[in-house]
Amino acid sequence: MALLEVCGYRDEDRSAGPLGARGRFVDRSSHFSFGVKTAEFAVPVGVDPQAFLSPYTAGEGNVRIHLNHGTTTLAFKFQHGVVVAVDSRASAGNYIDSKDANKVIEINPYLLGTMSGSAADCQYWERLLAKECRLFKLRNKERISVCAASKLLSNMMCEYRGMGLSMGSMICGWDKQGPGLYYVDDDGTRLSGQLFSTGCGSSYAYGVVDSGYRYELSVEEAYDLGRRAIAHATHRDAYSGGVVNLYHMRQDGWIKICKDDVAELIHQYALENK
Amino acid sequence: MLSAATYGENGKMNDYHYSGPVEHRFSPYTFNGGTVLAVAGEDFAIVASDTRLSEGYSIHSRDSPKCYKLTDRTVIGCSGFHGDCLTLTKIIDARLKMYKHSNNKTMTSGAIAAMLSTILYSRRFFPYYVYNIIGGLDEEGKGAVYSFDPVGSYQRDTYKAGGSASAMLQPLLDNQIGFKNMENVEHLPLSQEKAVQLVKDVFISAAERDVYTGDALRICIVTKDGIKEDTIPLRKD
Repeated sequence: MALLEVCGYRDEDRSAGPLGARGRFVDRSSHFSFGVKTAEFAVPVGVDPQAFLSPYTAGEGNVRIHLNHGTTTLAFKFQHGVVVAVDSRASAGNYIDSKDANKVIEINPYLLGTMSGSAADCQYWERLLAKECRLFKLRNKERISVCAASKLLSNMMCEYRGMGLSMGSMICGWDKQGPGLYYVDDDGTRLSGQLFSTGCGSSYAYGVVDSGYRYELSVEEAYDLGRRAIAHATHRDAYSGGVVNLYHMRQDGWIKICKDDVAELIHQYALENK
Repeated sequence: MLSAATYGENGKMNDYHYSGPVEHRFSPYTFNGGTVLAVAGEDFAIVASDTRLSEGYSIHSRDSPKCYKLTDRTVIGCSGFHGDCLTLTKIIDARLKMYKHSNNKTMTSGAIAAMLSTILYSRRFFPYYVYNIIGGLDEEGKGAVYSFDPVGSYQRDTYKAGGSASAMLQPLLDNQIGFKNMENVEHLPLSQEKAVQLVKDVFISAAERDVYTGDALRICIVTKDGIKEDTIPLRKD
């Protein structure tokens, strides 16, 4: 168009997909480029991807494509930083695929991301986020802020909104503004807050955390609250279980506190109540 | 054998397969059966699979193993839809060659696992219907097992069963290798001979109770000296 040319605007990437030059949808069988340099996503021809996949994940006839799912995760800010607690069960349909899945991705020593929903979606997009954070640090010679990191992730989710991704993540870190906690969702929601819990067991975890939460908690009380909330959520939610992985985000970076089996924790709490 | 469930309310026989008009859409997938198993030891890894290829009520082949050798130190077991297993292994082989040509070294097991995760995720909206398990040696020479779901979520394990009989085998492995639900038992490290015997016993059990598992067992043992393959017969019924 004449006006575009006069303005000197070069629209060479107009044929590219939502990720710009970095990604396109491939639905041709004529050539295969292996997706090494640019991210490519194959899409079934002429069908809504979510509608295409749903009969197989539900189990149509003999074909059952079960994807790993289900969790309880929580994180809250308090006077000494951010506490992050997650369970470790990965279920595929009714089968427990893993009892010791790792649902916290250690992006860098000052940033953590939690994963809930579809395991593959979370692992892939948060690994991609880790790559972008690293590139940011190399380009700008300073660490990325929690705000910007969560924005990068929510922009990735917005590009694929409506295609059936399932991801509920919390980005926790400590940057120049102090402790940061953001909740990012597969529909592009991005919220900053003091306290979040995600996953199918989140309602149970909220009950426990809300009843014991104060900003002025001591470090040990905060660890105990996180552990208790996850343990009680796994007790009532069928799709959560395994062990509680607890992290503490402090000014000098995150540390891993513990990895406690929930069965033992529940037993311990039952004894305390006697 | 007919059960009471085949008779409806008025005493007439129900037909399981037809309950009103049924729309048949083209399905790009089918289930070809098969079980794979991988165990990681101190300095070895074992990947084993049965060799039966079935579809519906038929057996297409009794000699279709599901372990594929990728490098000298890595073997992958793929079960699910055979068409996707073949294409996926071809793509992995091509990517391994590309890596070898660009970087002048063979891919390590951990790197192959990370690469497979992105290959599978690139088909997030039209998945490869394959359950993968990679077994091999890591850079330090220790056994490593990586298990995947169809769209690329993965993690490193000590042992894993995948495929049609996975739900039957995994609890047995948890008990025998992980010593779960056993009290007052000494946790002995797994020797290679004991691991191979355990894998054989486990597959014999699977063949007894899963219709899609049987015919023969192919075991690949990965050690620093290379990959040794063995075939043991199983029930053919």
